[in-house]
Amino acid sequence: MKWVYTSQRKEYANALLDIGQKRTDVVVLDADLSSSTRTSEFAKKFPERFFNVGIAEQNLMGTAAGLAVSGKTVFASTFAVFATGRCWDQIRQSIAYPNSNVKIVATHAGITVGGDGASHQALEDIALMRALPNMYVIVPADGAEAYKAVKAVAEHVGPCYVRLGRSDVPMVTTVDSPFEIGRATIIREGTDVSLVSCGQMVAVCLDAAESLQVKGISAEVVNMSTVKPLDVETLLRSVRKTGCVVTAEEHSIRSGLGSAVACVLAQQYPAPMKMVGTPDCFGESGESAELMCRYGLTAEEVSSSAEEVIRRKRT
Amino acid sequence: MTLYDERTIQMLEAKANLLRRHVIKMTYAAQSGHPGGSLSYADIITALFFKVMRFRPQEPLWEDRDKFVLSKGHAAPVYYAALAEAGYFPVEDLLSLRKLGSYLQGHPCRMKTPGVEISTGSLGQGLSVANGMGLAAKLDRRSSRIYCLLGDGELQEGQNWEAAMLASHYKLDNVTAFVDRNKMQIDGPTEQVMSLEPLVDKWKAFGWNVIEINGHDMRQILDACEKAAGVMGRPTIIIAHTIKGKGVSFMEGAVAFHGKAPNADEYRIALRELGEKI
Ligand SMILES: Cc1ncc(C[n+]2csc(CCOP(=O)(O)OP(=O)(O)O)c2C)c(N)n1
Repeated sequence: MKWVYTSQRKEYANALLDIGQKRTDVVVLDADLSSSTRTSEFAKKFPERFFNVGIAEQNLMGTAAGLAVSGKTVFASTFAVFATGRCWDQIRQSIAYPNSNVKIVATHAGITVGGDGASHQALEDIALMRALPNMYVIVPADGAEAYKAVKAVAEHVGPCYVRLGRSDVPMVTTVDSPFEIGRATIIREGTDVSLVSCGQMVAVCLDAAESLQVKGISAEVVNMSTVKPLDVETLLRSVRKTGCVVTAEEHSIRSGLGSAVACVLAQQYPAPMKMVGTPDCFGESGESAELMCRYGLTAEEVSSSAEEVIRRKRT
Repeated sequence: MTLYDERTIQMLEAKANLLRRHVIKMTYAAQSGHPGGSLSYADIITALFFKVMRFRPQEPLWEDRDKFVLSKGHAAPVYYAALAEAGYFPVEDLLSLRKLGSYLQGHPCRMKTPGVEISTGSLGQGLSVANGMGLAAKLDRRSSRIYCLLGDGELQEGQNWEAAMLASHYKLDNVTAFVDRNKMQIDGPTEQVMSLEPLVDKWKAFGWNVIEINGHDMRQILDACEKAAGVMGRPTIIIAHTIKGKGVSFMEGAVAFHGKAPNADEYRIALRELGEKI
Protein backbone atom coordinates (compact mmCIF):
# COMPACT_ATOMS: atom_id res chain seq x y z
CA MET A 1 0.00 0.00 0.00
CA LYS A 2 1.06 3.58 -0.50
CA TRP A 3 1.43 4.91 2.98
CA VAL A 4 1.65 8.39 4.35
CA TYR A 5 4.33 8.51 7.05
CA THR A 6 4.07 10.22 10.43
CA SER A 7 6.51 10.88 13.24
CA GLN A 8 5.61 9.41 16.61
CA ARG A 9 8.21 11.55 18.33
CA LYS A 10 6.72 14.74 16.92
CA GLU A 11 3.30 13.71 18.14
CA TYR A 12 4.75 12.94 21.55
CA ALA A 13 6.11 16.48 21.70
CA ASN A 14 2.76 17.91 20.59
CA ALA A 15 0.84 15.92 23.18
CA LEU A 16 3.23 16.98 25.95
CA LEU A 17 2.82 20.63 25.01
CA ASP A 18 -0.97 20.30 25.14
CA ILE A 19 -0.94 18.47 28.45
CA GLY A 20 1.63 20.84 29.93
CA GLN A 21 -0.56 23.80 28.99
CA LYS A 22 -3.61 22.40 30.77
CA ARG A 23 -2.00 20.73 33.75
CA THR A 24 0.59 22.32 35.98
CA ASP A 25 1.16 19.03 37.83
CA VAL A 26 2.85 17.58 34.75
CA VAL A 27 6.66 17.49 34.84
CA VAL A 28 9.03 16.02 32.27
CA LEU A 29 12.42 14.38 32.80
CA ASP A 30 15.04 13.33 30.29
CA ALA A 31 18.55 11.90 30.35
CA ASP A 32 20.60 13.92 27.83
CA LEU A 33 18.47 12.83 24.88
CA SER A 34 15.82 15.54 24.94
CA SER A 35 16.72 16.63 21.42
CA SER A 36 16.12 13.07 20.20
CA THR A 37 13.08 12.16 22.28
CA ARG A 38 11.72 15.68 21.58
CA THR A 39 11.01 16.46 25.19
CA SER A 40 13.12 19.52 24.31
CA GLU A 41 9.90 21.12 23.02
CA PHE A 42 8.33 20.87 26.45
CA ALA A 43 11.59 22.07 28.00
CA LYS A 44 11.51 25.22 25.88
CA LYS A 45 7.91 26.00 26.73
CA PHE A 46 7.94 25.01 30.41
CA PRO A 47 11.57 25.20 31.53
CA GLU A 48 10.66 25.25 35.22
CA ARG A 49 8.88 21.90 34.87
CA PHE A 50 11.62 20.15 32.89
CA PHE A 51 14.58 18.39 34.45
CA ASN A 52 17.54 16.99 32.56
CA VAL A 53 19.24 14.48 34.84
CA GLY A 54 22.21 13.99 32.55
CA ILE A 55 23.29 10.57 31.29
CA ALA A 56 21.91 8.70 34.27
CA GLU A 57 18.89 6.50 33.63
CA GLN A 58 18.74 4.94 37.07
CA ASN A 59 18.70 8.40 38.58
CA LEU A 60 16.08 9.40 35.99
CA MET A 61 13.64 6.76 37.23
CA GLY A 62 14.34 7.31 40.91
CA THR A 63 13.86 11.06 40.60
CA ALA A 64 10.69 10.50 38.60
CA ALA A 65 9.36 8.26 41.37
CA GLY A 66 10.08 10.89 44.02
CA LEU A 67 8.26 13.57 42.06
CA ALA A 68 5.37 11.20 41.41
CA VAL A 69 4.78 10.21 45.02
CA SER A 70 4.85 13.94 45.82
CA GLY A 71 1.83 14.53 43.63
CA LYS A 72 3.32 15.20 40.21
CA THR A 73 2.39 13.43 37.00
CA VAL A 74 5.79 12.57 35.62
CA PHE A 75 6.91 11.83 32.09
CA ALA A 76 10.37 10.28 31.85
CA SER A 77 11.99 9.81 28.47
CA THR A 78 15.08 8.35 26.90
CA PHE A 79 15.80 5.64 24.32
CA ALA A 80 13.84 2.42 24.87
CA VAL A 81 16.93 0.31 25.40
CA PHE A 82 18.15 2.50 28.26
CA ALA A 83 14.66 3.35 29.59
CA THR A 84 13.94 -0.27 30.39
CA GLY A 85 17.14 -2.27 30.67
CA ARG A 86 19.51 0.10 32.40
CA CYS A 87 17.12 0.97 35.19
CA TRP A 88 14.82 -2.01 35.44
CA ASP A 89 15.29 -2.44 39.16
CA GLN A 90 14.68 1.26 39.81
CA ILE A 91 11.47 0.95 37.78
CA ARG A 92 10.51 -2.23 39.61
CA GLN A 93 11.23 -1.00 43.13
CA SER A 94 10.47 2.72 42.99
CA ILE A 95 7.84 2.93 40.27
CA ALA A 96 5.93 -0.32 39.73
CA TYR A 97 5.87 -1.65 43.30
CA PRO A 98 4.79 1.64 44.95
CA ASN A 99 2.48 2.31 41.97
CA SER A 100 4.15 5.66 41.29
CA ASN A 101 2.47 7.82 38.71
CA VAL A 102 5.34 7.77 36.20
CA LYS A 103 4.89 7.59 32.44
CA ILE A 104 7.95 6.17 30.79
CA VAL A 105 7.76 7.30 27.19
CA ALA A 106 10.63 5.68 25.35
CA THR A 107 11.67 6.44 21.80
CA HIS A 108 14.02 4.63 19.37
CA ALA A 109 12.51 1.23 20.14
CA GLY A 110 13.00 -1.78 17.92
CA ILE A 111 15.21 -2.78 15.05
CA THR A 112 14.45 0.35 12.99
CA VAL A 113 16.90 2.30 15.14
CA GLY A 114 19.13 1.30 12.22
CA GLY A 115 22.81 2.18 12.06
CA ASP A 116 23.47 2.36 15.80
CA GLY A 117 23.18 -1.43 15.87
CA ALA A 118 22.38 -4.03 18.50
CA SER A 119 23.50 -2.04 21.54
CA HIS A 120 20.75 0.47 20.80
CA GLN A 121 18.02 -1.78 19.37
CA ALA A 122 15.49 -2.53 22.09
CA LEU A 123 13.96 -5.89 21.20
CA GLU A 124 13.23 -6.94 24.78
CA ASP A 125 11.70 -3.80 26.26
CA ILE A 126 8.08 -4.96 25.97
CA ALA A 127 9.08 -8.15 27.74
CA LEU A 128 10.84 -6.26 30.53
CA MET A 129 7.94 -3.90 31.14
CA ARG A 130 5.21 -6.50 30.67
CA ALA A 131 6.70 -8.57 33.46
CA LEU A 132 6.11 -5.84 36.05
CA PRO A 133 2.89 -5.75 38.10
CA ASN A 134 0.99 -2.43 37.91
CA MET A 135 2.79 -1.45 34.69
CA TYR A 136 0.73 -0.74 31.58
CA VAL A 137 2.41 -1.22 28.21
CA ILE A 138 1.28 0.72 25.18
CA VAL A 139 2.71 0.44 21.69
CA PRO A 140 1.02 2.99 19.43
CA ALA A 141 0.65 2.09 15.77
CA ASP A 142 1.42 5.51 14.33
CA GLY A 143 1.76 9.22 15.04
CA ALA A 144 -1.92 9.91 15.65
CA GLU A 145 -2.13 7.03 18.06
CA ALA A 146 1.06 8.11 19.82
CA TYR A 147 -0.55 11.48 20.47
CA LYS A 148 -3.69 9.86 21.90
CA ALA A 149 -1.72 7.34 23.95
CA VAL A 150 0.33 10.07 25.60
CA LYS A 151 -2.81 12.01 26.45
CA ALA A 152 -4.46 8.86 27.78
CA VAL A 153 -1.58 7.83 30.03
CA ALA A 154 -1.53 11.33 31.50
CA GLU A 155 -5.11 10.73 32.66
CA HIS A 156 -4.46 7.25 33.98
CA VAL A 157 -3.10 7.09 37.52
CA GLY A 158 -0.27 4.56 37.72
CA PRO A 159 2.88 3.53 35.90
CA CYS A 160 2.79 3.25 32.12
CA TYR A 161 5.32 2.40 29.45
CA VAL A 162 4.74 3.93 26.01
CA ARG A 163 6.95 2.59 23.23
CA LEU A 164 7.73 4.84 20.27
CA GLY A 165 9.98 4.45 17.24
CA ARG A 166 12.74 6.56 15.79
CA SER A 167 11.75 6.40 12.13
CA ASP A 168 8.57 7.80 10.66
CA VAL A 169 5.85 5.17 10.49
CA PRO A 170 2.88 4.56 8.14
CA MET A 171 -0.33 6.28 9.16
CA VAL A 172 -2.89 3.54 9.80
CA THR A 173 -5.32 5.45 12.00
CA THR A 174 -6.83 8.91 11.75
CA VAL A 175 -7.19 11.71 14.26
CA ASP A 176 -10.78 10.55 14.75
CA SER A 177 -10.02 6.85 15.33
CA PRO A 178 -11.00 5.77 18.83
CA PHE A 179 -8.25 5.10 21.34
CA GLU A 180 -8.67 3.78 24.82
CA ILE A 181 -6.08 2.16 27.06
CA GLY A 182 -6.79 -1.57 27.16
CA ARG A 183 -8.97 -1.55 24.04
CA ALA A 184 -7.86 -3.19 20.82
CA THR A 185 -9.36 -1.96 17.57
CA ILE A 186 -10.32 -4.01 14.56
CA ILE A 187 -8.74 -2.06 11.73
CA ARG A 188 -9.91 -4.42 9.03
CA GLU A 189 -12.54 -7.09 9.38
CA GLY A 190 -12.02 -10.63 8.12
CA THR A 191 -13.06 -14.20 8.72
CA ASP A 192 -10.18 -16.59 7.93
CA VAL A 193 -7.31 -15.48 10.16
CA SER A 194 -6.64 -12.85 12.84
CA LEU A 195 -3.53 -10.74 12.40
CA VAL A 196 -2.82 -9.25 15.81
CA SER A 197 -0.09 -6.65 16.00
CA CYS A 198 1.14 -3.43 17.52
CA GLY A 199 3.35 -0.51 16.55
CA GLN A 200 4.36 -0.17 12.95
CA MET A 201 3.69 -3.87 12.36
CA VAL A 202 0.00 -2.95 12.12
CA ALA A 203 0.77 -1.38 8.73
CA VAL A 204 2.71 -4.47 7.73
CA CYS A 205 -0.32 -6.61 8.65
CA LEU A 206 -2.61 -4.39 6.61
CA ASP A 207 -0.28 -4.91 3.65
CA ALA A 208 -0.36 -8.64 4.28
CA ALA A 209 -4.15 -8.62 4.49
CA GLU A 210 -4.26 -6.90 1.14
CA SER A 211 -2.11 -9.55 -0.54
CA LEU A 212 -3.98 -12.37 1.20
CA GLN A 213 -7.21 -11.01 -0.19
CA VAL A 214 -5.84 -11.49 -3.70
CA LYS A 215 -5.48 -15.16 -2.81
CA GLY A 216 -9.06 -15.29 -1.57
CA ILE A 217 -8.13 -15.19 2.11
CA SER A 218 -10.01 -12.83 4.39
CA ALA A 219 -7.74 -11.55 7.17
CA GLU A 220 -8.86 -9.58 10.19
CA VAL A 221 -6.35 -7.01 11.39
CA VAL A 222 -6.38 -6.26 15.11
CA ASN A 223 -4.46 -3.25 16.38
CA MET A 224 -3.45 -4.38 19.87
CA SER A 225 -1.94 -1.07 20.86
CA THR A 226 -2.23 -1.87 24.54
CA VAL A 227 -0.07 -4.92 25.15
CA LYS A 228 -0.87 -4.77 28.86
CA PRO A 229 -3.59 -4.99 30.05
CA LEU A 230 -4.40 -7.08 27.00
CA ASP A 231 -7.86 -6.73 25.50
CA VAL A 232 -8.76 -10.38 26.00
CA GLU A 233 -12.36 -9.87 24.97
CA THR A 234 -11.58 -8.46 21.54
CA LEU A 235 -8.82 -11.03 21.02
CA LEU A 236 -11.06 -13.98 21.84
CA ARG A 237 -13.95 -12.64 19.80
CA SER A 238 -11.70 -12.34 16.77
CA VAL A 239 -10.03 -15.72 17.15
CA ARG A 240 -13.32 -17.49 17.84
CA LYS A 241 -14.50 -16.13 14.52
CA THR A 242 -11.37 -16.84 12.45
CA GLY A 243 -10.03 -19.91 14.25
CA CYS A 244 -6.35 -19.00 13.94
CA VAL A 245 -3.96 -16.16 14.62
CA VAL A 246 -0.69 -14.58 13.59
CA THR A 247 0.93 -12.03 15.88
CA ALA A 248 3.41 -9.47 14.57
CA GLU A 249 5.68 -7.15 16.50
CA GLU A 250 8.96 -5.28 16.07
CA HIS A 251 10.33 -7.06 19.13
CA SER A 252 11.67 -10.46 20.09
CA ILE A 253 9.05 -13.19 19.86
CA ARG A 254 10.22 -14.16 23.30
CA SER A 255 7.92 -12.50 25.81
CA GLY A 256 6.45 -9.75 23.68
CA LEU A 257 2.95 -9.28 22.26
CA GLY A 258 2.98 -12.77 20.75
CA SER A 259 3.69 -14.33 24.12
CA ALA A 260 0.94 -12.28 25.75
CA VAL A 261 -1.54 -13.46 23.12
CA ALA A 262 -0.31 -17.07 23.37
CA CYS A 263 -0.70 -16.95 27.13
CA VAL A 264 -4.38 -16.07 26.76
CA LEU A 265 -5.14 -18.45 23.91
CA ALA A 266 -3.32 -21.42 25.38
CA GLN A 267 -5.40 -21.15 28.52
CA GLN A 268 -8.74 -20.07 27.12
CA TYR A 269 -9.07 -20.92 23.46
CA PRO A 270 -6.19 -22.87 21.93
CA ALA A 271 -5.91 -22.10 18.22
CA PRO A 272 -3.21 -22.50 15.55
CA MET A 273 -0.81 -19.62 15.97
CA LYS A 274 2.40 -18.19 14.59
CA MET A 275 4.47 -15.32 15.90
CA VAL A 276 6.24 -12.89 13.63
CA GLY A 277 8.98 -10.95 15.38
CA THR A 278 12.71 -11.05 15.79
CA PRO A 279 14.13 -14.45 16.75
CA ASP A 280 16.34 -15.12 19.76
CA CYS A 281 19.22 -12.93 18.60
CA PHE A 282 20.54 -9.40 18.78
CA GLY A 283 20.05 -6.95 15.95
CA GLU A 284 22.76 -5.29 13.87
CA SER A 285 23.57 -2.09 11.99
CA GLY A 286 21.82 -1.34 8.71
CA GLU A 287 19.11 0.80 7.15
CA SER A 288 15.72 0.49 8.85
CA ALA A 289 13.99 -1.01 5.82
CA GLU A 290 16.82 -3.47 5.17
CA LEU A 291 16.68 -4.61 8.78
CA MET A 292 12.90 -5.10 8.67
CA CYS A 293 13.50 -7.49 5.75
CA ARG A 294 16.53 -9.16 7.27
CA TYR A 295 14.62 -9.96 10.46
CA GLY A 296 11.44 -11.11 8.74
CA LEU A 297 9.28 -8.17 9.77
CA THR A 298 7.56 -8.10 6.40
CA ALA A 299 4.13 -8.49 4.85
CA GLU A 300 5.41 -11.64 3.07
CA GLU A 301 6.34 -13.22 6.39
CA VAL A 302 2.96 -12.34 7.88
CA SER A 303 1.10 -13.67 4.81
CA SER A 304 2.96 -16.96 4.67
CA SER A 305 2.46 -17.38 8.41
CA ALA A 306 -1.25 -16.71 7.91
CA GLU A 307 -1.47 -19.35 5.20
CA GLU A 308 0.31 -21.80 7.46
CA VAL A 309 -2.00 -21.32 10.45
CA ILE A 310 -5.02 -21.56 8.18
CA ARG A 311 -3.73 -24.94 6.93
CA ARG A 312 -3.28 -26.06 10.53
CA LYS A 313 -6.87 -25.31 11.50
CA ARG A 314 -8.74 -28.46 12.44
CA THR A 315 -11.90 -28.79 10.48
CA MET B 1 63.60 9.60 30.85
CA THR B 2 61.37 10.10 27.84
CA LEU B 3 60.24 7.31 25.56
CA TYR B 4 60.01 9.33 22.39
CA ASP B 5 62.00 11.53 20.09
CA GLU B 6 60.99 14.29 17.71
CA ARG B 7 60.53 11.87 14.80
CA THR B 8 58.15 9.74 16.85
CA ILE B 9 56.07 12.79 17.70
CA GLN B 10 55.86 13.77 14.05
CA MET B 11 54.93 10.23 13.06
CA LEU B 12 52.17 10.15 15.70
CA GLU B 13 50.81 13.54 14.74
CA ALA B 14 50.61 12.47 11.12
CA LYS B 15 48.92 9.25 12.16
CA ALA B 16 46.32 11.10 14.25
CA ASN B 17 45.59 13.26 11.26
CA LEU B 18 45.17 10.17 9.11
CA LEU B 19 42.72 8.68 11.60
CA ARG B 20 40.76 11.92 11.56
CA ARG B 21 40.47 11.72 7.78
CA HIS B 22 39.22 8.15 8.09
CA VAL B 23 36.55 9.33 10.53
CA ILE B 24 35.30 11.88 8.04
CA LYS B 25 35.28 9.35 5.20
CA MET B 26 33.60 6.66 7.26
CA THR B 27 30.81 8.79 8.65
CA TYR B 28 30.29 10.38 5.24
CA ALA B 29 29.99 6.95 3.60
CA ALA B 30 27.61 5.77 6.33
CA GLN B 31 25.71 9.07 6.41
CA SER B 32 25.44 8.53 10.14
CA GLY B 33 27.72 7.93 13.09
CA HIS B 34 29.54 10.13 15.57
CA PRO B 35 32.32 12.34 14.21
CA GLY B 36 32.54 14.88 17.07
CA GLY B 37 33.40 12.52 19.90
CA SER B 38 35.73 10.56 17.61
CA LEU B 39 37.82 13.53 16.54
CA SER B 40 38.14 14.63 20.13
CA TYR B 41 40.21 11.64 21.27
CA ALA B 42 42.00 10.92 17.96
CA ASP B 43 45.32 12.01 19.46
CA ILE B 44 44.88 9.88 22.57
CA ILE B 45 43.99 6.71 20.69
CA THR B 46 46.87 7.33 18.30
CA ALA B 47 49.35 7.56 21.16
CA LEU B 48 47.94 4.38 22.67
CA PHE B 49 47.81 2.25 19.53
CA PHE B 50 50.97 3.47 17.84
CA LYS B 51 53.29 4.01 20.77
CA VAL B 52 52.13 3.10 24.24
CA MET B 53 50.29 -0.21 24.03
CA ARG B 54 51.75 -3.66 23.34
CA PHE B 55 49.63 -5.97 21.19
CA ARG B 56 49.89 -8.28 18.20
CA PRO B 57 47.36 -7.70 15.43
CA GLN B 58 48.28 -11.07 13.90
CA GLU B 59 47.62 -12.71 17.24
CA PRO B 60 44.72 -10.67 18.64
CA LEU B 61 44.27 -12.92 21.65
CA TRP B 62 47.95 -12.81 22.72
CA GLU B 63 47.57 -13.18 26.46
CA ASP B 64 50.07 -10.57 27.55
CA ARG B 65 48.63 -7.82 25.39
CA ASP B 66 47.62 -4.43 26.74
CA LYS B 67 43.92 -3.80 26.34
CA PHE B 68 41.81 -0.84 25.32
CA VAL B 69 38.21 -0.34 26.37
CA LEU B 70 36.21 2.30 24.54
CA SER B 71 33.64 3.03 27.19
CA LYS B 72 32.00 5.80 25.15
CA GLY B 73 31.18 3.31 22.41
CA HIS B 74 29.47 5.80 20.09
CA ALA B 75 32.93 7.16 19.25
CA ALA B 76 33.69 3.92 17.40
CA PRO B 77 34.81 5.37 14.04
CA VAL B 78 38.24 6.52 15.19
CA TYR B 79 38.68 3.30 17.18
CA TYR B 80 38.04 1.25 14.05
CA ALA B 81 40.39 3.49 12.09
CA ALA B 82 43.12 2.86 14.68
CA LEU B 83 42.51 -0.90 14.63
CA ALA B 84 42.68 -0.97 10.84
CA GLU B 85 45.84 1.16 10.66
CA ALA B 86 47.37 -1.01 13.36
CA GLY B 87 46.80 -4.04 11.18
CA TYR B 88 43.78 -5.80 12.65
CA PHE B 89 41.80 -5.63 9.39
CA PRO B 90 41.98 -4.01 5.95
CA VAL B 91 41.77 -0.22 5.85
CA GLU B 92 39.41 -0.44 2.84
CA ASP B 93 36.79 -2.09 5.04
CA LEU B 94 36.46 1.07 7.12
CA LEU B 95 33.98 2.41 4.58
CA SER B 96 31.56 -0.41 5.39
CA LEU B 97 30.85 1.23 8.76
CA ARG B 98 27.21 0.74 9.82
CA LYS B 99 26.26 -1.06 6.59
CA LEU B 100 24.14 -4.20 6.73
CA GLY B 101 26.40 -7.23 7.15
CA SER B 102 29.52 -5.21 8.01
CA TYR B 103 31.71 -6.27 10.92
CA LEU B 104 32.00 -2.58 11.77
CA GLN B 105 28.84 -2.00 13.77
CA GLY B 106 27.55 1.41 14.83
CA HIS B 107 28.93 0.64 18.29
CA PRO B 108 31.86 -1.71 19.05
CA CYS B 109 30.97 -5.38 18.98
CA ARG B 110 33.36 -7.90 20.46
CA MET B 111 31.75 -10.77 18.55
CA LYS B 112 32.26 -9.13 15.17
CA THR B 113 35.34 -6.93 15.10
CA PRO B 114 38.91 -8.18 15.47
CA GLY B 115 40.69 -6.27 18.21
CA VAL B 116 37.57 -5.13 20.03
CA GLU B 117 37.90 -6.41 23.58
CA ILE B 118 34.37 -5.70 24.79
CA SER B 119 31.09 -4.55 23.26
CA THR B 120 30.08 -1.06 24.35
CA GLY B 121 27.52 1.59 23.41
CA SER B 122 25.43 1.79 26.54
CA LEU B 123 27.38 4.46 28.39
CA GLY B 124 28.96 4.11 31.79
CA GLN B 125 29.92 0.44 31.73
CA GLY B 126 33.44 0.37 30.34
CA LEU B 127 35.40 1.25 33.45
CA SER B 128 33.94 -1.70 35.37
CA VAL B 129 34.93 -4.00 32.53
CA ALA B 130 38.42 -2.49 32.43
CA ASN B 131 38.69 -3.13 36.17
CA GLY B 132 37.72 -6.75 35.63
CA MET B 133 40.49 -7.04 33.06
CA GLY B 134 42.89 -5.41 35.50
CA LEU B 135 41.93 -7.83 38.27
CA ALA B 136 42.39 -10.79 35.91
CA ALA B 137 45.84 -9.57 34.88
CA LYS B 138 46.81 -9.36 38.55
CA LEU B 139 45.44 -12.83 39.28
CA ASP B 140 47.39 -14.24 36.33
CA ARG B 141 50.49 -12.23 37.22
CA ARG B 142 50.62 -10.66 33.79
CA SER B 143 52.12 -7.27 33.10
CA SER B 144 49.21 -6.26 30.80
CA ARG B 145 48.01 -2.72 31.20
CA ILE B 146 44.40 -1.74 30.68
CA TYR B 147 43.44 1.59 29.10
CA CYS B 148 39.90 2.90 29.22
CA LEU B 149 38.47 5.91 27.41
CA LEU B 150 35.57 7.67 29.13
CA GLY B 151 33.37 10.48 27.90
CA ASP B 152 32.87 13.36 30.27
CA GLY B 153 29.09 13.33 29.89
CA GLU B 154 29.35 9.62 30.40
CA LEU B 155 30.66 10.21 33.92
CA GLN B 156 27.13 11.15 34.92
CA GLU B 157 26.35 7.43 34.94
CA GLY B 158 26.67 6.27 38.55
CA GLN B 159 28.36 3.02 37.60
CA ASN B 160 31.55 4.96 36.86
CA TRP B 161 31.79 5.95 40.50
CA GLU B 162 31.13 2.42 41.66
CA ALA B 163 33.99 1.39 39.38
CA ALA B 164 36.12 4.28 40.62
CA MET B 165 35.73 2.98 44.15
CA LEU B 166 36.58 -0.58 43.15
CA ALA B 167 39.72 0.30 41.21
CA SER B 168 41.31 2.12 44.13
CA HIS B 169 40.04 -0.44 46.65
CA TYR B 170 41.80 -3.21 44.75
CA LYS B 171 44.82 -1.00 44.01
CA LEU B 172 44.50 -1.47 40.28
CA ASP B 173 47.67 0.33 39.22
CA ASN B 174 47.43 -1.51 35.88
CA VAL B 175 44.29 0.44 34.99
CA THR B 176 44.66 3.84 33.35
CA ALA B 177 41.54 5.72 32.34
CA PHE B 178 41.24 8.83 30.21
CA VAL B 179 38.40 11.32 30.46
CA ASP B 180 37.82 12.94 27.09
CA ARG B 181 37.02 16.27 28.72
CA ASN B 182 35.53 18.05 25.72
CA LYS B 183 32.87 19.62 27.96
CA MET B 184 30.07 18.61 25.56
CA GLN B 185 27.35 16.00 25.56
CA ILE B 186 24.18 15.69 23.44
CA ASP B 187 21.86 18.21 25.05
CA GLY B 188 24.62 20.82 25.38
CA PRO B 189 27.65 21.66 27.53
CA THR B 190 28.20 19.24 30.43
CA GLU B 191 28.22 22.02 32.99
CA GLN B 192 24.77 23.11 31.86
CA VAL B 193 23.19 19.65 31.50
CA MET B 194 24.62 18.11 34.69
CA SER B 195 27.74 19.66 36.08
CA LEU B 196 30.79 17.49 36.72
CA GLU B 197 33.09 19.98 38.36
CA PRO B 198 35.15 19.85 40.47
CA LEU B 199 36.18 16.79 38.49
CA VAL B 200 39.78 16.49 39.63
CA ASP B 201 38.70 16.60 43.27
CA LYS B 202 36.12 13.90 42.68
CA TRP B 203 38.69 11.45 41.32
CA LYS B 204 41.15 12.37 44.02
CA ALA B 205 38.50 11.70 46.65
CA PHE B 206 37.99 8.27 45.12
CA GLY B 207 41.66 7.48 45.60
CA TRP B 208 42.94 7.87 42.06
CA ASN B 209 46.19 9.34 40.87
CA VAL B 210 44.99 12.29 38.78
CA ILE B 211 46.87 13.86 35.86
CA GLU B 212 45.51 16.75 33.81
CA ILE B 213 46.74 17.28 30.27
CA ASN B 214 45.95 18.89 26.96
CA GLY B 215 44.51 15.89 25.14
CA HIS B 216 45.70 17.17 21.77
CA ASP B 217 49.35 17.45 22.76
CA MET B 218 51.13 14.23 21.86
CA ARG B 219 54.01 14.82 24.27
CA GLN B 220 51.66 15.40 27.18
CA ILE B 221 49.70 12.25 26.35
CA LEU B 222 52.87 10.15 26.24
CA ASP B 223 54.27 11.69 29.41
CA ALA B 224 51.02 11.04 31.25
CA CYS B 225 50.96 7.39 30.17
CA GLU B 226 54.54 6.99 31.31
CA LYS B 227 53.79 8.55 34.69
CA ALA B 228 50.71 6.34 35.08
CA ALA B 229 52.80 3.24 34.44
CA GLY B 230 55.17 4.30 37.21
CA VAL B 231 52.54 4.72 39.91
CA MET B 232 52.23 1.76 42.26
CA GLY B 233 49.11 0.75 44.19
CA ARG B 234 46.72 3.24 42.63
CA PRO B 235 44.82 3.57 39.34
CA THR B 236 45.46 6.68 37.27
CA ILE B 237 42.92 8.93 35.63
CA ILE B 238 44.15 11.25 32.91
CA ILE B 239 41.77 14.14 32.51
CA ALA B 240 42.45 15.18 28.94
CA HIS B 241 41.19 18.60 28.00
CA THR B 242 39.99 18.28 24.44
CA ILE B 243 37.82 19.91 21.84
CA LYS B 244 34.90 17.95 20.47
CA GLY B 245 35.26 17.77 16.68
CA LYS B 246 38.95 18.78 16.89
CA GLY B 247 40.58 19.34 13.52
CA VAL B 248 37.54 20.33 11.51
CA SER B 249 36.63 23.98 12.03
CA PHE B 250 32.87 23.69 11.80
CA MET B 251 32.76 20.58 13.98
CA GLU B 252 34.86 22.03 16.78
CA GLY B 253 32.72 22.53 19.85
CA ALA B 254 29.55 21.99 17.80
CA VAL B 255 26.91 19.90 19.54
CA ALA B 256 25.31 19.36 16.11
CA PHE B 257 28.12 17.06 15.01
CA HIS B 258 27.81 14.75 17.97
CA GLY B 259 25.85 12.23 15.95
CA LYS B 260 25.58 13.67 12.47
CA ALA B 261 27.55 12.85 9.35
CA PRO B 262 28.97 15.59 7.11
CA ASN B 263 27.14 16.35 3.86
CA ALA B 264 28.98 16.52 0.53
CA ASP B 265 30.20 20.12 0.96
CA GLU B 266 31.17 19.61 4.58
CA TYR B 267 32.96 16.42 3.60
CA ARG B 268 35.18 18.23 1.10
CA ILE B 269 35.92 21.10 3.45
CA ALA B 270 36.68 18.75 6.34
CA LEU B 271 39.11 16.67 4.30
CA ARG B 272 40.80 19.78 2.95
CA GLU B 273 41.25 21.15 6.46
CA LEU B 274 42.77 17.83 7.47
CA GLY B 275 45.29 18.17 4.69
CA GLU B 276 43.94 15.66 2.19
CA LYS B 277 44.66 16.49 -1.42
CA ILE B 278 41.41 16.18 -3.41
C1 LIG C 1 23.30 4.45 28.90
C2 LIG C 1 23.26 5.40 27.75
N1 LIG C 1 22.44 6.48 27.82
C3 LIG C 1 22.35 7.31 26.78
C4 LIG C 1 23.07 7.10 25.64
C5 LIG C 1 22.92 8.02 24.46
N2 LIG C 1 24.12 8.83 24.25
C6 LIG C 1 25.05 8.48 23.33
S1 LIG C 1 26.34 9.51 23.30
C7 LIG C 1 25.69 10.48 24.52
C8 LIG C 1 26.43 11.68 25.01
C9 LIG C 1 27.80 11.30 25.43
O1 LIG C 1 28.50 12.40 25.91
P1 LIG C 1 30.04 12.24 26.28
O2 LIG C 1 30.22 11.06 27.17
O3 LIG C 1 30.51 13.53 26.79
O4 LIG C 1 30.71 11.84 24.90
P2 LIG C 1 31.29 12.84 23.77
O5 LIG C 1 30.64 14.16 23.97
O6 LIG C 1 32.74 12.90 24.00
O7 LIG C 1 30.96 12.20 22.47
C10 LIG C 1 24.45 9.96 24.93
C11 LIG C 1 23.59 10.54 25.96
C12 LIG C 1 23.90 5.96 25.61
N3 LIG C 1 24.63 5.66 24.53
N4 LIG C 1 23.99 5.15 26.68
